[in-house]
Amino acid sequence: MRHTISVLVENKFGVLTRIAGLFSGRGYNIESLTVGPTQDRALSKMTIVTSGDDAVLEQIDKQLNKLVEVVKVTDLTGAGFTARELMLIKLKATGKTRGEIVQIANIFRGSVTYVHHDAMVIEVTGRTEKLDEFIELMEPFGIVELARTGKVALARSAQPTESLQEYDSHC
Amino acid sequence: MKNPQATKAAPAATGEPMKGADILIRCLERQGVEVLFAYPGGGSIELHQSLQKSKIRVILPRHEQGGAFAAAGYARATGQTGACMATSGPGATNLITGIADAYMDSIPVVFITGQVPHTYIGKNAFQETDIIGVTRPICKHSHLVLSPEEIPEVISEAFYLANSGRPGPVVIDIPKDVQQKTCIPLFPEQPVVPRAYKLKLAPEAREVEAVRKAIEEAERPCLYVGGGIISAGAEKELLKFAETYDIPVATTLMGVGCFPEDHRLSLKWLGMHGTYYANYAANECDLLVALGARFDDRVTGNVNTFAVNSRIVHVDIDPSEINKNKRADLGVVCDVKQMLKKLLRNPVRKERPEWHALVRKWKEDFPLRYADSHLIQPQYVVDRLYRLTNGEATIVTGVGQHQMWAAQFYQFKRPRQLLTSGGLGAMGFGIPSAIGAKIARPDQLVVEIDGDGSFQMNIQELGTIHCEDVEVKMIILNNQHLGMVAQWEDRFYGSCRGNTVLTNVRADRPYPDFVTIAKGYLIPGREVWKREEVDDAIREMLETPGPFVLDVHVEYQEHVLPMIPAGGTYKTIIME
Repeated sequence: MRHTISVLVENKFGVLTRIAGLFSGRGYNIESLTVGPTQDRALSKMTIVTSGDDAVLEQIDKQLNKLVEVVKVTDLTGAGFTARELMLIKLKATGKTRGEIVQIANIFRGSVTYVHHDAMVIEVTGRTEKLDEFIELMEPFGIVELARTGKVALARSAQPTESLQEYDSHC
Repeated sequence: MKNPQATKAAPAATGEPMKGADILIRCLERQGVEVLFAYPGGGSIELHQSLQKSKIRVILPRHEQGGAFAAAGYARATGQTGACMATSGPGATNLITGIADAYMDSIPVVFITGQVPHTYIGKNAFQETDIIGVTRPICKHSHLVLSPEEIPEVISEAFYLANSGRPGPVVIDIPKDVQQKTCIPLFPEQPVVPRAYKLKLAPEAREVEAVRKAIEEAERPCLYVGGGIISAGAEKELLKFAETYDIPVATTLMGVGCFPEDHRLSLKWLGMHGTYYANYAANECDLLVALGARFDDRVTGNVNTFAVNSRIVHVDIDPSEINKNKRADLGVVCDVKQMLKKLLRNPVRKERPEWHALVRKWKEDFPLRYADSHLIQPQYVVDRLYRLTNGEATIVTGVGQHQMWAAQFYQFKRPRQLLTSGGLGAMGFGIPSAIGAKIARPDQLVVEIDGDGSFQMNIQELGTIHCEDVEVKMIILNNQHLGMVAQWEDRFYGSCRGNTVLTNVRADRPYPDFVTIAKGYLIPGREVWKREEVDDAIREMLETPGPFVLDVHVEYQEHVLPMIPAGGTYKTIIME
């Protein structure tokens, strides 16, 4: 099953390698991983999308917690959370097709960030599935390249994501 | 970079400016480091210069790996954090096996490596290795120091992390320019604790009660206790707990000595080459209480068929161990000593005569034994050593057949009496670890039992032994083979020898001549060819002042038994 995990870490160099290395070294799967600073400059927040059965997820949680620089691990799956992803997509676009592309992009609340006489770049934000749909619709026009950020997520609650659930070290 | 908690109320630094190298050595002194195992090089020359002004005893190993194992041996023998240092690049990479060994066996050691000046990092400079990157998966934590101001906090944190919670190695990499730069240091008065590092040491009342209740309900309980008992210093509590609750005790290899093996409740140790009765008890019990042990594959065999009919209680200080290898019916994260103390407040006294009779019968019917032979059986040598040392010696081993025989046929009665590379199984562990153990505990008789293969993997440390006057007694159970692999070849590969023979076809005697090598290092020795000589030779070794090499020609004749094949179950145990 797919899980979205929010990981609050100390903002020190090497933290990302420790976490990525933990996943590869123990054979856990990473679908996407994002990282960025938080309002507290000493902390960064990562959003990791991974998959595995309950036993694997329990180990991911515990092994992440074991890293000295990990402050808090929160598995958002099953709780209410908002997740978004950003995509930049470069398309072949001529005078003939440009109008139709922009029309579809508008439906997806996308915006044009670059136009050339035979190409354009569109920025789209949203849930992962929305971006997948947009890609599918753009395929007939010809996709030159695309880049996606991977998910960022926050709990839908008044409190910080980290207070969503208490990490239970017992079984 | 700074720890906010530690710096919040910190006073301004005052005093004389110091070089980074001097600050680091001062920090080691403040941590109580008395002995440092260190091999110098361009990247650590500054640190060695600073050490010349310090009271810290510096032991020069003959190879950095020897230094790493010696520091771990020091830590294993005492529980105090070992300290080891090497230069950048090859010096640092030579530590790797020692770091991995300390990680696998949860041994507290702080490793310090020199690094190229920070402006050269990433340029493939001479003797540059990204040692933080290389050691990432084999240490508890690591730190690259980028300014001399950081050093006091980094070292304080390193020693705290190495020896708190589940112990382990910590790596500190310090570029040469940071060693040379000066600043006015600020030494923390309290240990620096990273803010995200939280330990749960005390068990909750409901957890203690749940464990107690599980034991109360059990008809056939068995304790399975590991190195965690030794790390926690909980051997007294364990003895009292086992006696009061009247439960048989199987230790792991890492737990050997945490429970006296001559005790009526002792099953010695379990696992692949453990006793028949320990393996049977652990598998046929209805409640297995794991204390500071981790369900390693060498203990469980096929984990899915291990103790299938038992309820499993697992107490460990590391939350990630619970449910990692084996699902626990009841897992408790806490310091095992606190758990045992609390269980002793309101003990369960329940008589289980049938269970004890069954265990006794297994012990009587299937004791550890070996076949009689006109040759010198390796087990016989260990047995004689046990008797001639009154069971008092600290035993250090290499890895292989001799390691198993040493653990089987010496009777251990105190924690830290058997020092062995359990998790990593690193050959070459013996000589250097024995050096560390003897330096840490000069009051103890330290006997290293080694194989001819393992002995040669760090044979250069004979130089350290002589030059530092380390009184280590060394016994080589010399069978001219990589015996453990040869045994597997005999059992599973039709005795086809795949590079497991150490003899030399051009020599008319066992190869090499270890006593002559020892002589070259100015260490006395003796060869033993006949069974009748064994006692006399062991006595000579024990009575000769200083180190001694006893090369015992045992020939390749014996398999380590019992043996549960890898991935097997206790029912597939091979007894002959």
